[in-house]
Amino acid sequence: MSPTLTRPRLGPDKRRTVRVGPASGVVRTRQLVVPVVALAALVVVSAASMGRGDYPIGVLDVLRTLVGAGDPTQQFIVTELRAPRVVVGVLVGLALGISGALVQTFARNPLASPDTLGINAGASAGAVAVIVLGGSAGAGGQLLGGLGLPLAALLGGLVTALLIFVLAWRKGVDGYRLVLVGVGLSAVGIAAVDWLLTRSTIQDATAATVWITGSLNGRTWDQAWPLGLVLLVLVPVALACSRQLGVLQFGEETARALGVRVGATQAVVVLVAVTMAAVSVSAAGPIGFVALVVPQVAVRLVGGSRPPLLASGLLGALLVVAADLLTRTVLPVALPVGIVTAVVGAPYLLWLLVRGRRALT
Amino acid sequence: MTAVLSHPTDLQRTAPRVRLAAEQVRLAYGDRVVVDSLDLELLDGSFTAVVGPNGCGKSTLLKALGRLLRPTSGQVVLDGKPIAKTPTREVARVLGMLPQTPVAPEGLTVADLVARGRHPHQSWLRQWSRDDEDVVAEALSWTDMADLADRPVDALSGGQRQRAWISMALAQGTDLLLLDEPTTYLDLSHQIDVLELVARLHAERGRTVAVVLHDLNLAARYAQRLVAMKDGVVVASGTPHEVLTEQLLADVFDLEARVIDDPVSGTPMVVPVRRLR
Repeated sequence: MSPTLTRPRLGPDKRRTVRVGPASGVVRTRQLVVPVVALAALVVVSAASMGRGDYPIGVLDVLRTLVGAGDPTQQFIVTELRAPRVVVGVLVGLALGISGALVQTFARNPLASPDTLGINAGASAGAVAVIVLGGSAGAGGQLLGGLGLPLAALLGGLVTALLIFVLAWRKGVDGYRLVLVGVGLSAVGIAAVDWLLTRSTIQDATAATVWITGSLNGRTWDQAWPLGLVLLVLVPVALACSRQLGVLQFGEETARALGVRVGATQAVVVLVAVTMAAVSVSAAGPIGFVALVVPQVAVRLVGGSRPPLLASGLLGALLVVAADLLTRTVLPVALPVGIVTAVVGAPYLLWLLVRGRRALT
Repeated sequence: MTAVLSHPTDLQRTAPRVRLAAEQVRLAYGDRVVVDSLDLELLDGSFTAVVGPNGCGKSTLLKALGRLLRPTSGQVVLDGKPIAKTPTREVARVLGMLPQTPVAPEGLTVADLVARGRHPHQSWLRQWSRDDEDVVAEALSWTDMADLADRPVDALSGGQRQRAWISMALAQGTDLLLLDEPTTYLDLSHQIDVLELVARLHAERGRTVAVVLHDLNLAARYAQRLVAMKDGVVVASGTPHEVLTEQLLADVFDLEARVIDDPVSGTPMVVPVRRLR
């Protein structure tokens, strides 16, 4: 059967029905346009970011280098020195965007995100513990120090995720309960970080503070590869859950009546979301507000009743890479990227609160 | 196009078979037993209303029939097979259920809401087949919602919203339909509107319908069969005339009442006198 592209009889004409053989689906124009534009912008901004430095390279030269047609010097500078930072930024933004979209849809609450659920706080506590206790003589300190910072952060994030899951699970996860448990655990994580900082030397405290802010400084392929591999598995799983998530938005009872295996779907969604957040934090520190803000921006751009997963991921990547580029070009001092995303994110959060969306009540 | 939605079973059959049955079910929330050793049969093509005072377990029973609540003992049987052992997707193609006051996410349009009724018929690959499109378009026009298809559900009035949900249940294409108090929060004319729609689903579409209702007079008017419950037990079941007696109203509702014939439909009509005790 040849591909058909028909205008459906119902709904606005922005919708296109696509049918190829046994496959079929509905595509809205904006559902297609927003990710494509975001991807194009991401490529340009990434190239600009890779060109930026003591040895400036033009955007076109960077792109030429990336497809393997640049001169050896540029090749080395781009692929070995500058690409890892940008790639980590892209992957972290992608993970945070999708993770935020999953959590917000699942909790039916635009204020829910890995930030507010305490994943970031838990991961920070793990990392700060390594920085502060790693050098000390205690057996626990040496054990933590041996783990390395990213692993400790991952562990902190995953332990928090597990606690959220165990505490929020009552024959399924209620979105409201999930958020409340997350807020509680977040407070515990922040308290742990503060306690560790009060015990630390001034040097350790400074290092820890930079890390807690979230930064892409000094990232290498060592951070990019594990993150990339994890996302290669989790992103398809997240996208595959999209249809079920749409029905799960009706609440557990209606979803079950429509044939969704509610408990299993919830478990997969929460697990994927918190793991994505935890691995991204372990790679670049807790870059704030991306997971909270980006899905809400994406849903306004794309339309519909819930944050679109793919667009959220791509816009998240765009925000992180653009913010990182901004810190290194426009601003007089190179700030950690987390500060810029927070400066963009915090006012947006306040605006959401002031606007008082009905979904909050 | 009508063939897509029409009732698949043979209506000429002489003895209607049991479509959905509760067998000695015991339903509990934690330690609190709400329904115990209850038996109930819904026959093919029937229109049943479950009535009873607040807290008698009628909504709980409906949830169990719709496999939203698992009995602690006993079982629910759908078309001869235990419902708990049937894949939930398979059940969702035969049995539709609307919970009391379902909530649509903000920004969802009526067309999208009704389209999600097709979920049990769709797969990752097959997300919007020609069948889906036809069935949804027909469900919208049949429930008179086609003009409102592009409106967000949260911008509709209560009556329109309930119509949209019924439209979704229709698009699900199940020949069994369970509705938990579909008239809650609606004024009288919209209650009639919704129940007329449900009655048409039964009469024109051959759907087997069970509905939990508070209003006894409306239940008697629209349903062919009433099931009266009190304290988790079925006290009486049968035609409205058999069930709605002055004695039963006293026993089940603690209500002294006269039962007269409804001047419009001839079905029993309850005229309350006073609360007993």
